[in-house]
Amino acid sequence: MTQGTPSRDSLIAPASTPLSRIRNFSIIAHIDHGKSTLADRMLQATGIVAARDMRAQYLDRMDIERERGITIKSQAVRMPWTVADEPYALNMIDTPGHVDFNYEVSRSLAACEGAVLLVDAAQGIQAQTLSNLYLALEGDLTIIPVLNKIDLPAADPDRYAAELADLIGCDPSDVLRVSGKTGAGVPELLDRIVAEVPPPTGDLTAPPRALIFDSVYDAYRGVVTYIRTVDGVFRARDRVRMMRTGMQHEILEIGVSSPEPSPASGLGPGEVGYIITGVKDVRHSKVGDTITDLSAPASTPLPGYEDPKPMVFSGLYPIDSAQYPDLRDALDKLKLSDAALVYEPETSVALGFGFRCGFLGLLHLEIVTERLEREFGLDLIATAPAVSYHVRAEDGTVTEVTNPSEFPEGKIDWVSEPVVDATVITPKEFVGPVMELCQQRRGTMQNMTYLSETRVELHYRLPLAEIVFDFFDQLKSRTKGYASLDYEPAGEQHADLVKVDILLQGEPVDAFSAIVHRDQAYSYGVRMTAKLKKLIPRQLFEVPVQAAIGARIIARESIRALRKDVLAKCYGGDITRKRKLLEKQKAGKRRMKTIGRVEVPQEAFIAALSTGEDDR
Amino acid sequence: MPHPDPEGEPAPRNGVVPGGRTPEHFGVYVHVPFCSVRCGYCDFNTYTASQLRGFSQTEFADTAISEVRFARDTLAASHAVPRRVETVFFGGGTPTRLPAADLVRILGSIRETWGLAPGAEVTVEANPDSIDAQGLRELAAGGVTRMSFGMQSAVPEVLRTLDRTHDPRRVPLVVRAAGEAGMQVSVDLIYGAPGERMEDWEETVEAACALHPDHVSAYALIVEPGTALARRIRRGELPSPDEDLEAAKYEWAEARFLREGLHWYETSNWSRDAETRSRHNLNYWMGGDWWGIGPGAHSHVSGVRWWNARHPAAWAGRVRAGESPATGRERLDAQTRYEEWVLLRSRLSEGLPLAGLHPHALAALPGLVSAGLVQAGAAQQGLLVETLRGRLLGDLVVDRLLSDQEIQGYN
Repeated sequence: MTQGTPSRDSLIAPASTPLSRIRNFSIIAHIDHGKSTLADRMLQATGIVAARDMRAQYLDRMDIERERGITIKSQAVRMPWTVADEPYALNMIDTPGHVDFNYEVSRSLAACEGAVLLVDAAQGIQAQTLSNLYLALEGDLTIIPVLNKIDLPAADPDRYAAELADLIGCDPSDVLRVSGKTGAGVPELLDRIVAEVPPPTGDLTAPPRALIFDSVYDAYRGVVTYIRTVDGVFRARDRVRMMRTGMQHEILEIGVSSPEPSPASGLGPGEVGYIITGVKDVRHSKVGDTITDLSAPASTPLPGYEDPKPMVFSGLYPIDSAQYPDLRDALDKLKLSDAALVYEPETSVALGFGFRCGFLGLLHLEIVTERLEREFGLDLIATAPAVSYHVRAEDGTVTEVTNPSEFPEGKIDWVSEPVVDATVITPKEFVGPVMELCQQRRGTMQNMTYLSETRVELHYRLPLAEIVFDFFDQLKSRTKGYASLDYEPAGEQHADLVKVDILLQGEPVDAFSAIVHRDQAYSYGVRMTAKLKKLIPRQLFEVPVQAAIGARIIARESIRALRKDVLAKCYGGDITRKRKLLEKQKAGKRRMKTIGRVEVPQEAFIAALSTGEDDR
Repeated sequence: MPHPDPEGEPAPRNGVVPGGRTPEHFGVYVHVPFCSVRCGYCDFNTYTASQLRGFSQTEFADTAISEVRFARDTLAASHAVPRRVETVFFGGGTPTRLPAADLVRILGSIRETWGLAPGAEVTVEANPDSIDAQGLRELAAGGVTRMSFGMQSAVPEVLRTLDRTHDPRRVPLVVRAAGEAGMQVSVDLIYGAPGERMEDWEETVEAACALHPDHVSAYALIVEPGTALARRIRRGELPSPDEDLEAAKYEWAEARFLREGLHWYETSNWSRDAETRSRHNLNYWMGGDWWGIGPGAHSHVSGVRWWNARHPAAWAGRVRAGESPATGRERLDAQTRYEEWVLLRSRLSEGLPLAGLHPHALAALPGLVSAGLVQAGAAQQGLLVETLRGRLLGDLVVDRLLSDQEIQGYN
């Protein structure tokens, strides 16, 4: 049961595959639960990637994806599979597994009729998988429950099969058992997909419509747009219109990924593939838009997606200010393939010129920063992640604040902050520590249910600001790595928030201002002033380091004046060394920033902004 | 582990200096790389007997004399023959690990080669326990005019921290003997050893003053990377130096030396009068020329600086083969010479002539004066002379003078 014969192949050729021979599915899995490895085995089992061409995580294109073992951008691969002598075309639409990229998951799911729910047989279902499962169930997708890594010594398939069966309401014996490592169970899984996932529906004769579910910038080919055709057929050289943006393009190339791009004559109803139109900016080929034929346009677009909204904000600054134009160019380029990234220029007294950037979450921030540094050779400093607040001043004006320095002066009526509904799944012995953590982070418990005898699902409403800091790390360390977290936006709430400024010799250092809960203001002030005292070199004069809410000083440290800075010995053999030392210091001085009269090395800012374990 | 050599260009085998000219002032330094024990703080190029690997102390004098001959030929070929030698300095290591006769023989070859100026200063460094009255008389008879004793501290605990083996009670004996032999006397002190209290340092300074030396050098202990001391501090066995306490010690010493009639003339050096300053060291600081004999020694002739192979065996091999023992050198361009001039002259009581400063350095001057780092009166006379506070912040003064940034906002 591998590849079909040539005559058989023609039955599943792109543009002429009947709906009944198409299966569209995605894989829902937690990070590390082996989705990419299972996908690799499917590529091999269906024969589209020969063993000799195989590399691990074949579909993960970015270095960062391979190194971190995560998928950031979704992909669609067409694979032939024969059951009872009948050939089928399976489209596997990959989904990212991290909470930051949930919007990508829902996009992928909208292009499918079925989902493989893949769970590690040694770990059981995790919070993010659960939320993706709910997304799939909401979309009426057929779920195929699968336990992976059954070859692991720690695997406990019976226990987790029962858990999965409980969750989706099936019999534990319906839960398939596979090993992405050995390939065991993979052909059976492909058979199950053909048998259980319903074929797509669509109308061959209706005016063509296709949903854009991803749009990727490629340096050589321009924007590659991934589509799922619903009605009609799209062919190369067709003129098409984007129904929402109104933009018109010509299809220069149309095809399927198998898994390398493979041009085809067209894509018919129910089929998944890509088009290339020569546009250079992903915003011209917007995810969620509907493509239709210019000559025979459809009247109503398909339901689309909401634009992803940035949740976490951070200032990105080049360490060497000469790299500012390079940073701008790099962001412009990244934006071509990452529609969720938003940024605008920003100036900081401490850090110079940079950009205020909005991200989907912390991982998104981390990945963008890493890509900027790695792919564009930039040295960056990122300010502490912040969320977006609304502040109403006494005069009634409401300001949106994504940067503490925009916090209005004077009397404040109220401040509201974004909150999320968080789900934590943990073994029951860690319920205490998890509750303690959530309470420390101003969480309100909503409910708690037992997934099984040993595993508990906790629901909390938490301020987003409390999560973006180091919540996930803390959660992991308090549960020995067992707990998993998922959250979704749940509006805003009023809270007693204040802006804490950090002053050096009376001058505020904008990069260190923070919006924190009044109860935490004092400890933030004490922590930051102590940190800066340690990091800022002594000056010719005493330098007070203060934390203040408005005009009220809440913490104070003092950097004593420098008394001695001279090399004791300088004889014949020391002169060259001494001079070189001096030249090095001089080069270092270029990285000094002057706040008032205080000279602060850039490294001090970087160190103060980097947040360690001891910071909470 | 001594600190690494500077990066430079390779030195030619014949050692010839391009653009050589007759030195205005010329000194000879002889590096004697032997010690009985390795002190924990020391990163100098020194070796105990067990570390010499195929090189014997007895070969040193002959090899050093061979390098003197090589120097004679090289300077001649470079058109940089000194008119005479004004100062000779035997440093180390512990030069007095060698028999006095060896030192006298090396000095003799220097005298024969270039001639010693009338009243030439010839200094030998010694540990108080490495020499006695007899040895001192021999040195004086052989032409040595000045002894520099490594006293370091009067407090036994501090000496132990520094790995110094001598009995502090020996110091007055050798100082007196050197004086009786007709030589000038300098003592070296170290402050800021881990655990040294203010009282310990006061006791040391008192003891040094009681010797009525002609000259004192007092150095803050530098924790050099790679030394045993640095390791012990890193492991937390010893506290790291407290710069505020060091500043207080310097200030205390300055006041006490002044009462003793010892006047500051370089950041870490005090002397009774102009005649008892170390002329050899002043030659370094004034940008003069010198040839450094011995393993790891640096030389400076006609704007070229070079450094010899560090291990005694490697150095000796090259010298015996008639090659330059230098392993690297650098040619000082105008900018480098300017930087060194600022760096070295600003440490001297003689001061830095303002006439030689670049405009942006002059622009920094008012700030340095108002910050109390530079003497206002001297500045009006056209000289940059550091105040006591400025001496303690000398690196910062140099940094301001050489900084190309706009200087503003001082107290």
